[in-house]
Amino acid sequence: MKTEEIKALIEKALPGVKLKLVRESLLVENAADLPRVAKCLKEDPALKFDYLSSVTGADYLTYLESVYHLYSMEKKAGSIVLRARTDRANPRLPSLVPIYRGAEYQEREAYDLYGIVYENHPDMRRIFMWDSFEGWPMRKDYEQEDSETLEAADVEWLEKRGVKVSDADRAKAEELRKTGKRAVAQKPTGSPEA
Amino acid sequence: MAFTQNVSAIDHGLKNELGKKGVVVTTLNELYNWGRRSSIWPMQFGLACCAIEMIATACARYDIARFGAELFRASPRQSDLIIIAGTVTKKMAPQVVRLYNQMAEPKYCITMGACSIAGGPFIDGYNVLRGIDRYIPVDVHLPGCPPRPEALLFGLQELQRKIDNQEIENTEWYRKGFKREYPVPEFGPHGLVPKYNPEVWNPRDVDHRKERYGEPILIGKKIKAPDLDTPPAPPKPAAPAVPPSATAPKPAAPPPPPANA
Repeated sequence: MKTEEIKALIEKALPGVKLKLVRESLLVENAADLPRVAKCLKEDPALKFDYLSSVTGADYLTYLESVYHLYSMEKKAGSIVLRARTDRANPRLPSLVPIYRGAEYQEREAYDLYGIVYENHPDMRRIFMWDSFEGWPMRKDYEQEDSETLEAADVEWLEKRGVKVSDADRAKAEELRKTGKRAVAQKPTGSPEA
Repeated sequence: MAFTQNVSAIDHGLKNELGKKGVVVTTLNELYNWGRRSSIWPMQFGLACCAIEMIATACARYDIARFGAELFRASPRQSDLIIIAGTVTKKMAPQVVRLYNQMAEPKYCITMGACSIAGGPFIDGYNVLRGIDRYIPVDVHLPGCPPRPEALLFGLQELQRKIDNQEIENTEWYRKGFKREYPVPEFGPHGLVPKYNPEVWNPRDVDHRKERYGEPILIGKKIKAPDLDTPPAPPKPAAPAVPPSATAPKPAAPPPPPANA
């Protein structure tokens, strides 16, 4: 079944739900409709997309997106791709865990790396990074630490444990602390696409 | 780690001659180091794909038992050697340092593969430690991705050579009160605290990657996002058809000369 036919079928079954065809995938324009669309895809006897293969986060600089790949084990069909977008400042999307149990860890991963909060998720916390980690490392504007420069916290930690730190390193860390900056990894000067 | 060649005081020729007659001449140091290097017990500890090669080295085909290192111990208390086989993520690094601290002296460390040496292909990642030598001393660096079993055996032999050249009288681990422990890093808000232990490792003065690649390959390479909403441009129409009269009068055109002619 083609994506256009699936789109027409869902729009007929769920009046009021707006779908948009984006490059062979279905964009759910109002993200609040996502669970209804997923339920329809799973339970409609003509579709029966019963297997959620992956939940992916993506950063498009102006918005964040969650992409779902669905397959049908019963009809040996797939994949159909669903997309839902949310704004970067307060990224929130409805969780699909009540419909597909397998979404639990993948949604946690998307939360861990992109900061998308899935509402109604049973256990929304980081999965790979430790709980005290700050920031969303897969977002394109994430500022990665410069791993060659010691900061004030490192110097303090080392000296507390009796490790000698060179004067140059200590001066550099002190300077960073005064300016209130982090040591951030350098980005390339020229854009590779240009 | 640098070491000086330990030259035996016995004349080699004389030793060989005596050996043929059934007389063994040796020094206590030699005998002692022979025992030590022939029974290095590695720790049963792997982190990623390099561990598969380590397991292959221990199996029958490569048979690390030929070098006396077949007893993979499941406890750091019983092992002499830690083979850091695989990627050390920042989340795993504290545990690796703790395991090294728990080993009994004398203890040795081999970093196996590009990841544990310097981060390997993940060097620019937010989650991978750029080499375990930032926190613990390393005796043998073994490059490769992953190194073949032969390479691990060679690394083991290099370690044996190092052990052969240590002197019992000058070894530090028999001194009273000697304790070699390295502080275990902790999880910080942006990575590990500290970023490295300056007693063990210090950053290089010159960034050789910058010399080689022109500019540092660090993070944030892809700063653009594709535009999904505008459909992709249709393929360009084929070149305007040439009128048949232009091509018709050339029935037997010679084949084009090869491009490199």
